[in-house]
Amino acid sequence: MTQFDRTELTLFAALPVLVLLSVLLPSWIVNYIQVSLGTGMVALGVMIQMRAGLVSFGQGLYFCIGGYAAGLAGKYFGITDLFALLGLGVVVALVTSVALGFLLRRYREIFYAMLSLAVSMILYGLLSSTEELGSTDGFNLPVPTYLFFAPEGETARLTLFAITATIVILSAVVLNRLLRSSLGLVNEAIRENELRVEYLGTSAHMAVHMTYVVAAVVSSMGGVLWALALGHVDPEMTNWTTSGSFVFIVILAGTGSIIAPLIGTFLLEILRVYAVELSPNTWQMILGSVMLLTIIFLPKGLWSLVQKTSPRKRFDPDTGDAVAKGV
Amino acid sequence: MLTAIAIAVDGLGFAAWLFLSSVGLTLIYGVMRILNIAHGGFYALGAYASAWGIGLYMQTGNPVGFAFLIIPVMALIAGVVAGLAIERGVLRFMYGRDEVLMVLVTYAMFLILEDVTKLIWGTDSYVAWQPAYALGTIDIAGIPYTGYKFLIIGVAMLCGGLLYWGLTHTRVGKLLLVVIEDREVSMALGINVTKFFTITFLIGATLGALGGALTAPEISVVPGIGAEIIVMAFAVIVIGGMGSIPGAIIGALIVGFARAASVHIYPPAELFSIYLVMAAVLAVKPYGLFALAEGRKI
Repeated sequence: MTQFDRTELTLFAALPVLVLLSVLLPSWIVNYIQVSLGTGMVALGVMIQMRAGLVSFGQGLYFCIGGYAAGLAGKYFGITDLFALLGLGVVVALVTSVALGFLLRRYREIFYAMLSLAVSMILYGLLSSTEELGSTDGFNLPVPTYLFFAPEGETARLTLFAITATIVILSAVVLNRLLRSSLGLVNEAIRENELRVEYLGTSAHMAVHMTYVVAAVVSSMGGVLWALALGHVDPEMTNWTTSGSFVFIVILAGTGSIIAPLIGTFLLEILRVYAVELSPNTWQMILGSVMLLTIIFLPKGLWSLVQKTSPRKRFDPDTGDAVAKGV
Repeated sequence: MLTAIAIAVDGLGFAAWLFLSSVGLTLIYGVMRILNIAHGGFYALGAYASAWGIGLYMQTGNPVGFAFLIIPVMALIAGVVAGLAIERGVLRFMYGRDEVLMVLVTYAMFLILEDVTKLIWGTDSYVAWQPAYALGTIDIAGIPYTGYKFLIIGVAMLCGGLLYWGLTHTRVGKLLLVVIEDREVSMALGINVTKFFTITFLIGATLGALGGALTAPEISVVPGIGAEIIVMAFAVIVIGGMGSIPGAIIGALIVGFARAASVHIYPPAELFSIYLVMAAVLAVKPYGLFALAEGRKI
């Protein structure tokens, strides 16, 4: 199993390029790349669920759990080690998602979307009304250290970027494996027809539960990295509008490849910067229109333009009526 | 005892407001199977239109009484214009698509509506306190309540009653119930389902706008109120069972009292008590209290 497919080779090739760019490009662009690597992880979490036909309108929950777990550990226990913070975020997300998964795995389609949204809004309400944690303003995070290495200034910035990029790329490779694993294939079968999956002797509930947990863990890692990149967390991370933007990214980029949401996140981040600058009051209108046009004209997202058209098109309920075309 | 009375009155007030803001959502879902996120946009449009209209009217120095007329008129204009634009302009091309896809489509419409609202009324806050102030206060067990709160309770009961009467005693309403029961069979029976979709969407949109328009005098109308109301409205209709109008009433009462209880007993819980109740109800009744049974595809 040491064979890498094209996606993985691309990802591995992208890592040195990213690190090199971080040295060459001006720091503000590097910042955007770093921030979008963090949110890109959350988009990946949304994407692997969408492969099973499940739209999570509350992925911000785990984004926020990761960010706050890291923030609280730094604030109250003085932990600044990036790997410890990352581990902590993952553990909290793991425990939460395993527990919530028992509730959520019973739901599909819009109920899954609504319930995941409701759960994320519980945390939003909780954090917004907790004054010790800065209510809606949130609080700041410490500068991270790496085991016994505590860089400062420019070195700190570049180290954090390199580590972030490495973690995101490695996670993407693991997720790519996951999509090709039996779990990934069962998920696609669930999207097609869940009852038949059960008839064939596999537990759809189990597969959905596992996917939910994996998505949660990935998103929490994204949350930790994002929070460290910005040095700040606030409850807005788990507001449903934030979760909505992750769904937007996946719709726009498509679920065709692990790489698509990562690139989509970065493009959106850059677009947002310019749009907000040029015309702050029409930014959401642009987003909405782009989303509508994507749904109508590119049901498989922008990635379908990159991807070679495969001869066997299948039924695809989450992207609508790409059904039967070319069957 | 005082707390109990306060919870009862406040709970009823919240419930009335929640019912008005969410009944349009459940109606649209019941008939069209569209979970309309843009409903939050209708609410915001209604709130802005009414606050702006009342503001303009009050500048003329005329008596405050007519300001009460501005509220439903503005709600009707906002609901019909935005509803028609969205239903005729976008949604009608997408009927019959997957439910999840329709959520995403209406989410896109919601984003667009948010900015349309900002483009029309800017990002400043609007206040239109005059109608709420004009009704004075009513004392119950020594606690003063704004009379306006009781007006909202009255309007909610009126709307609920009208909807009930309309659905059970008029031809259109009866046919609508048939469409809710089974869309395909009603189509086969010769009902023009698409026409009913348009009617339903306009009624739903207007109800959403009315929810916002009635709330405007009590709050300061700012960007973002649409995003707040839509998640609460979801909670209400999910608890009651999506698509069920009695469900919306029960859901609004449950959420209203839960919120009032947390406000009086433990204020920090106000925001998340709603979703906690929702999760609790769904853990017992996975598809809400009044959910319609549905067959699974094989």
